[in-house]
Amino acid sequence: MSGEQTAKWIGGYPSAMRESIAKVEATRKQRLQDGPLAAMSAEARQEVLRDWHPDYKEDKKRDLLVGPSKGARMPHEVVDLLEAYPLVNPRQIDLAKPDLEASVLILGGGGAASVAALFAHTQGIPTADILMVTKLRHGDCNSIMAQGGIQAADREDDSPAIHYLDVLGGGHYTNKPELVRALVSDGPMMIDWHEKLGVLYDKTGGRYVEAHGGGTSRMRMHSAKDYTGMELMRVLRDEVRNLGIPILEFAPAVELLLDADGHAAGAVLLNLETEEYCIVRAHAIVLATGGFGRLHIQGYPTTNHYGATADGLILAYRAGSRIIDMDSVQYHPTGVAFPAAILGQLATEKLRNQGAEPVNADGEPFVYPLEPRDVEAAAIIRECYGRDKGVTTPSQIRGVWLDTPMIEALHGPGTIKKGLAAMWMMWHRHGIDIAVDPALVFPTLHYQNGGVEIDAEGRTDVPGLFAGGEVAGGVHGKNRLMGNSLLDYNVFGRRAGIAAATWAKAHAPKRLSLAHVSAYVRELKAAGIRPTRTAPRILPDYRREALRAHRLEVL
Amino acid sequence: MDEGKMTRIFIMGKAYDVPAGITIMDAMEYAGYRFVRGAGCRSGFCGACGTVYRKEGEYRLEFALACQEMVEEGMHLTQLPFTPAPRAAYHLDDLDPRENVLLQHYPEIARCVSCNTCTKACPQDLEVMDYVQAALRGDIARVAELSFDCIQCGLCSMRCPADIKHYHMAQMARRLHGLSASREPEHLTTRLREIAAGTYEAQLDALVAASVVELKAQYAAREIETESEEGS
Repeated sequence: MSGEQTAKWIGGYPSAMRESIAKVEATRKQRLQDGPLAAMSAEARQEVLRDWHPDYKEDKKRDLLVGPSKGARMPHEVVDLLEAYPLVNPRQIDLAKPDLEASVLILGGGGAASVAALFAHTQGIPTADILMVTKLRHGDCNSIMAQGGIQAADREDDSPAIHYLDVLGGGHYTNKPELVRALVSDGPMMIDWHEKLGVLYDKTGGRYVEAHGGGTSRMRMHSAKDYTGMELMRVLRDEVRNLGIPILEFAPAVELLLDADGHAAGAVLLNLETEEYCIVRAHAIVLATGGFGRLHIQGYPTTNHYGATADGLILAYRAGSRIIDMDSVQYHPTGVAFPAAILGQLATEKLRNQGAEPVNADGEPFVYPLEPRDVEAAAIIRECYGRDKGVTTPSQIRGVWLDTPMIEALHGPGTIKKGLAAMWMMWHRHGIDIAVDPALVFPTLHYQNGGVEIDAEGRTDVPGLFAGGEVAGGVHGKNRLMGNSLLDYNVFGRRAGIAAATWAKAHAPKRLSLAHVSAYVRELKAAGIRPTRTAPRILPDYRREALRAHRLEVL
Repeated sequence: MDEGKMTRIFIMGKAYDVPAGITIMDAMEYAGYRFVRGAGCRSGFCGACGTVYRKEGEYRLEFALACQEMVEEGMHLTQLPFTPAPRAAYHLDDLDPRENVLLQHYPEIARCVSCNTCTKACPQDLEVMDYVQAALRGDIARVAELSFDCIQCGLCSMRCPADIKHYHMAQMARRLHGLSASREPEHLTTRLREIAAGTYEAQLDALVAASVVELKAQYAAREIETESEEGS
């Protein structure tokens, strides 16, 4: 940031961007008086999605050639991993003596995994018989980064039925109804559970502070400042630690194991430090491995954590689980577009629900600030690339302004630093004060809308394999609303944990097998797919191409 | 920023030229490191990438998150991605927040010498020493308030000459405060009772059975609550 020291940079912005900020300032007073633009009609929404949303670019997708969801259309980046060969050769893995035994094995270390572990225990599974295994650390996950809040219909003029309608409309009526019903019905119960665990939700006058999110018809967004995800995750993690539930970190599953009946029966883990594999035998498995942001669909930057590589999804698919809605990707409307050092990181929707309005380079509003996420994102892309009204940064990134000083004008000076502390700090580290100046934003890859198909109890197509959280699909259909992912991982983490515990008590695994992996390989070969790619991908690789070309693997 | 300009940093003593204006994490990857440990959310929330550095010509050690801090010319750095800090196990429901419960579970807080090194190490700019002092006074609410933005990276505990486990103690304080300080809102209790009584089952049955055409009509007819109705 040495450029910041020179005269042409003021408050973290170069002079060219300052000229546009002046236009934003010039229209602010009028915009505050006028209030936001009206929401789009159903037809206008459809039009902007069709013309500008990345999901609607047919050449960025193809039909999957193998497996139980053969023929489904999804992004090339996802198909590439599904049409890939295993990391391990089934014949080289010794399954005769498992290294570890668990009643309930939980794959993942984020929100859904933690909730599943806690609720498996409530069903009478001793803590020592539960095993969590995760690729990074417990809590290195998307759950901890969620800022804006969690939806639950608990106010007098709200109801689970109204929440249901919001979710269905936001998802373009493609959601699985039984899953949405579970989501909205369990919402208040999960908030109550959090209360009893000591979660510090924002309250005033003995009531929750609740706000709108994009696409909501009632204010039902509960928050803990703009650290909602972090507050929830660190409390859940603390409770898992209090109970002494065993957890193996830096030990991702690289393949699932089935038994002779085709039931989920364990996993092959890889110790990322020693590169040793380890066999776990389990009575039931909960898949809670999260989403796919680090696949960078269509080259988009992402808000996701380092380990979000769809690894669990690949394993479950090879084991026989269908996947749904994988053609649909959530691009969060407001990722950071400037400065480049934090490109693609999340600018929470809470900024908009507190009054910040997207405006173009000329300071003009162009979209209702709280459309469903796909519509809002498409409108921002159109403004930059269809109407050429974006602001171009020194790194040639285009974006629009999110007029954050409006929050201070509407709710009083100091509101941002107090209620949006994480956001204030993120830009402050780069010399920008969002209480004074607007922030430049552009859509960023945020969420895997689809995933492994589950029923309302978290069951997958593979008996004994349960799933919850971002890895699972169907809850949100083709588009998730803000505040429903934290709710999703709680509701379906709980349901999957309970169902897995119940299954585990009634079933013992038979002889362990990787035959399903060998069969998948035969199917790949029969489809003419050459063995040039392997999966699952454990971590992304951000080293330079030139440097990778000069690497010698000699140790 | 400063397109094409390079800056020299030292990772564990070895020099690398990296683009100016990028984060320590991006710079390490540019230099050729591939993280297994030391990278988590990459957005400043998870605390996986604690980093210690010294600037050229300075004697002082500084602390940062690799995913948030920018590289500077002459920076000597290394990562500390793991803190071997023990934590006290407890059952929240069995604790009495009126007693000096924090001191009982974390007696080492009494060793605090008020050196303020923890505060200087905090990448979230928290007043860490102040909340340790509040804990000594038994002021759980104040600990909860001052520590709220803690990402539990552990840098405070790595630096503390008294071996205090600040971030674990503060986690316990926040949960105790959450449980004891504010009652559960009545509107939530009422809604739980209604759901248990099946109040909404018929409406949900109808919605689940509704056709897309019917759902679209109901969706379009939704009344959107306005900000002022909440009165906040």
